[in-house]
Amino acid sequence: MSDHNYTPSSKFGKWFNDRLPLLTLANHLTDYPTPKNLNYWWTFGGILTFCLITQIITGLVLAMHYIAHADLAFSSVEHIMRDVNYGWLIRYIHANGASMFFLAVYIHIFRSLFYGSYKAPREIIWILGIMIYLLMMAAAFMGYVLPWGQMSFWGATVITNLFSAIPLVGESITTWLWGGYSVDNPTLTRFFTLHYLIPFLILGLVVLHIWALHVPGNNNPIGIDIQKPSKDTVPFHPYIVVKDLFALLLFMIVFAFFVFYSPNILGHADNYIEANPLVTPAHIVPEWYLLPFYAILRSVPDKLLGVVAMLSAIFILAALPWLDTSKIRSAVFRPLYKQFYWILVIDVLVLGYVGAMPAEGLYLLIARVATAYYFLHFLLILPVLGKIEKTTPLPLSITSPVLGGSADLAMAKNTDIRKEKL
Amino acid sequence: MSDKEKPNRRDFIFTATAAVGAVGAGAAAWPLIDQMNPDASVKALASTEVDVSSLQPGQSITVLWRGKPVFIKRRTENEISEARNVNISDLKHPEKDEDRAKNPEWLVMLGVCTHLGCVPLADKGDYDGWFCPCHGSHYDTAGRIRKGPAPTNLEIPKYEFVNSNTIKIG
Repeated sequence: MSDHNYTPSSKFGKWFNDRLPLLTLANHLTDYPTPKNLNYWWTFGGILTFCLITQIITGLVLAMHYIAHADLAFSSVEHIMRDVNYGWLIRYIHANGASMFFLAVYIHIFRSLFYGSYKAPREIIWILGIMIYLLMMAAAFMGYVLPWGQMSFWGATVITNLFSAIPLVGESITTWLWGGYSVDNPTLTRFFTLHYLIPFLILGLVVLHIWALHVPGNNNPIGIDIQKPSKDTVPFHPYIVVKDLFALLLFMIVFAFFVFYSPNILGHADNYIEANPLVTPAHIVPEWYLLPFYAILRSVPDKLLGVVAMLSAIFILAALPWLDTSKIRSAVFRPLYKQFYWILVIDVLVLGYVGAMPAEGLYLLIARVATAYYFLHFLLILPVLGKIEKTTPLPLSITSPVLGGSADLAMAKNTDIRKEKL
Repeated sequence: MSDKEKPNRRDFIFTATAAVGAVGAGAAAWPLIDQMNPDASVKALASTEVDVSSLQPGQSITVLWRGKPVFIKRRTENEISEARNVNISDLKHPEKDEDRAKNPEWLVMLGVCTHLGCVPLADKGDYDGWFCPCHGSHYDTAGRIRKGPAPTNLEIPKYEFVNSNTIKIG
């Protein structure tokens, strides 16, 4: 946040702004110089903000009707679904909203991976993003427990038992988390409290995420540093705002499809059976967005190491800016990285698929190979690739490859195209 | 050491204040942390008595103790001999069947998989004992882990026969 010589036009505006510079902030946000080549993969930041606000609003409303008690939670959710005016709609938006939130965040993360948005000087933005992602997973997990169905109960049992893998203090920590000797009413009430709290923590981190973003400005599809403002930038409003809104509309169509046409397709039928501590469902699976990590957990035959592998798979992302040794941000100019990127995408999809399957036979073998590859990508391929990869030349600015006439090497390719046209 | 680097009276006050502050913050935090632990009323629900007179050999019942399932299994001769004829050194968590079932006919253990806490299914798996559907742990007829990710055998709670028909767990 720099270069502010903004003065409100009205007298009252000036009086107010001298005391609390909110109008300066608004002006900073609307005029913010943004790279003019941002593509639609850049619209997911706005979409994620929409998702967060949607979850907070629908969640507030659900909390007015939900009862956080082991004996009443399940029936209070059914009460919301059957009796409360529009309760079905609000709950379906909230439940599918979590899935939409993760869909958007995965696209957002993989956008960063492709275009190298995590690299200097944007490491803090990236790490804040990983913290938000972690909190999202915590919120989603605890939210899934609240309806107190079979999947809620046994999902909570499995995940809280992960802590029992910690040597020496594991059992005490698990008992402390439960507030008893098993998942029960004390567990439910504290999960409700934390589930209510976390979205506001996320909101705080989102503010920091955007603040940190506004220091260097957006990365862009060709990943070069740009002057701002310059002929390479456009003001955030109206150019990016309109683009974001259009993308949001398309996203909402997908969202609405799930809410109105297949509201339960992403859930599990077992969660419409009330929690029973004596019977474990035949096949416990987490929600789809946690499946890749679940596959990593199950691929390791040792309890403690399985938990360590699963957590490492998430935390390794925080070290990514230092694991990737390449100075070139965008995969557009990294012919080898581009291929490894897509292999990683496929690897994560495969992990997600085997995470949903029983952990035996061929599935287990695939899960192990995919897990090994996941770590190989971050710990070996990325550090080495940055040293040996021959990258293609970068353009000097966003505008130069389009207008041509630049003397830089990037134009060589462009002249070839021009020759072909002739 | 020059005069500048020597700790002076002010440094001492800073350090002492910080130390007292840290202790105070810790003392204030403890009630907030400990409130999440099981309270006395939860701990008091420690024991339960079960009538097992109706169980025939080969049958088992599951009872709830401290919110967790407890398996009470009356084992058949075959199951007992299967459990006792295992080479102890083959076990991941070596325990003799004699130590797990004082009275060989009766096996009493927590029905909680030692991996991540699911309830194993009876009479399933590769060792004729229990099988956990969550992550594929196989237990034998003494509830010992034989295959899969679980680290230890199914836990044996504290229990005793009050009389020939009644088991007191806890």
